[in-house]
Amino acid sequence: MISLIVMALYIATVLGISLFAFRRGKSTGEDFFLASRSIGGIVFFLSLFATNMTAFAILGSSGKAYNEGIGVYGLMASSSGLVIPLTLFFIGTRLWVHGKRFGHMTQVQFFRDRFECSGIGTVIFALSATMLVPYIIISIIAGGKILEGLSAYAAVDGSLQHYISYPLGAGLVAVVVLCNVFFGGMRGAVLVNVFQTILFLSFGLVAVVTIGANVPGGLANVVQQMVDAESPLLTRTKMPTAMFWSYTLIPLSSIMFPHMSIMCLTAKKMSAFKKTVVLYPVSIMAIWLPCVALGVIGSQLVHYSTPQESDRILMDLLRIYAPAWLAGILGAGIMSAVMGSDCHQILALSTMFTKDVFEYYGGRKRFGEKGTLFIGRAFILLVNIVAYLIALTRPEGIFDLAVTYAFSGFAALAPIMLGALFWRRSTKYGALAATLFVGASILTIAMLEHSYARGATICQLFDTRALYLTPGGKLSVFGCMPVVAMVAGSALMMIVGSLLTKPPSRDTIKRYFESDEKPAVVTPVLATTAA
Amino acid sequence: MKQWVVALAVATVYILHQDYWNWGKASPVVCGVLPVGLAYHAGFSICASLLMYFLVKTVWPKHLDSGEDTDTPNEAHS
Repeated sequence: MISLIVMALYIATVLGISLFAFRRGKSTGEDFFLASRSIGGIVFFLSLFATNMTAFAILGSSGKAYNEGIGVYGLMASSSGLVIPLTLFFIGTRLWVHGKRFGHMTQVQFFRDRFECSGIGTVIFALSATMLVPYIIISIIAGGKILEGLSAYAAVDGSLQHYISYPLGAGLVAVVVLCNVFFGGMRGAVLVNVFQTILFLSFGLVAVVTIGANVPGGLANVVQQMVDAESPLLTRTKMPTAMFWSYTLIPLSSIMFPHMSIMCLTAKKMSAFKKTVVLYPVSIMAIWLPCVALGVIGSQLVHYSTPQESDRILMDLLRIYAPAWLAGILGAGIMSAVMGSDCHQILALSTMFTKDVFEYYGGRKRFGEKGTLFIGRAFILLVNIVAYLIALTRPEGIFDLAVTYAFSGFAALAPIMLGALFWRRSTKYGALAATLFVGASILTIAMLEHSYARGATICQLFDTRALYLTPGGKLSVFGCMPVVAMVAGSALMMIVGSLLTKPPSRDTIKRYFESDEKPAVVTPVLATTAA
Repeated sequence: MKQWVVALAVATVYILHQDYWNWGKASPVVCGVLPVGLAYHAGFSICASLLMYFLVKTVWPKHLDSGEDTDTPNEAHS
């Protein structure tokens, strides 16, 4: 009950900040969707970081480490800590510059203008939205599970009961996120992120110290016992080296996620990226290192009957070894990770729909600025309702798969962005070929993984298993994750498709590659609407 | 700063991520709780921050950074 009171205080704080943002906001699309591009310094870093952190960073990482060991940190965290800041440094900054110069508010607007084509934007919008929706639903599911878990108590008859049921918990998450985004827009999401990021950045250290102080003999004693027993969880002997290497391409997806690229456009100055790229790797460490360590150590303290239950390890360690009020605060830290990214995902989807579809096809001309804002808010409400209704059915199996494909899919779109920003010769046909290749790849992977048994060989080249399913049922291409082939294929499509077609106009090249000073009058080459 | 030096630094740090020499080892245990494979990657994360600091100081695209505040939204799509 104490932990629920703490959670209630947390939720009240989030709603209070949302109301504050609503009162400070202006009634313009630029302010609602991009906070008038006014986010500076440390606030930009805290918000961008929150945008990218999900429940997986805390619950999933510890659960995976419980089953697979310390390798989870190197596989996911330290690789992300290198690749994501590099993409922000080289891609994020340039996206911001072009966004500020030409008024882009979404990736699609940038692609449509750079490639002088509305079709490529529509295709990328469709693919991005399809990959983003499961992500939103997973966040609501995670939030519902956390609140259900935090509110657990032992009834008189000894059975496990919950003050907050899963449907109620998921609904609560959906409502809080809705209020934050509906009323506050990007400004609301950013201000809440500052509070949330500080909370979940502190979470790891507090959790380790508190749990460590109450574990009999201390954490070092548990680790020593594992060393003496030669536990494989302390090594990476069960982790294929090719998989470890190929996973380093997955973080390329980060900058291509709509909510991350839109977040980049909110910076007040390009210098806001400086603190962000330097602090990013150690901030990931602050969250992931304690969670992975506790997951591994937790494998010796708490035992589950199925591997899937291990996502509960952190919550169970808190329940057993931490005082109730602290468990509540730490639970709020976990909720922060869930809600922080969920807000941005929903807002990004709304921004994309409003700007790339509604406005682009004449909505703004017909209904004006106020009508546009109304549509943006209405879409947020609709997405939340639909996501909640789907989350009630708990389709985790399906959506876990979808999220997996989303990471590879978005990573494989990175060559298109790189071509657009750095290669003058890249054309809309190259971008279209790459996009269609990515879509076809995702469908092919899904089909193969559902058609063949785990461990089956799909294609053999000479004496090498070229295509096969791992024991876990995941497709492997020459021992590597499919993302390697997808990124390579996408890059090849981009290059070949561009070289075989007419280069962009001289005017576009000049605007994007030869003009470093801020122009006095700015108009994109492509008409702002399809009409 | 020559671009090849920067590229080399980034490539070196990337290669250092693939610490195959630690693959099957749990010892030494750092600070009593971190197996060497985990401690190494914690250090790698700090190294990544230092690399980014190096990039910010040496190859920050100053020619793109006007340093101006955004006073009025430059919304070309309005």
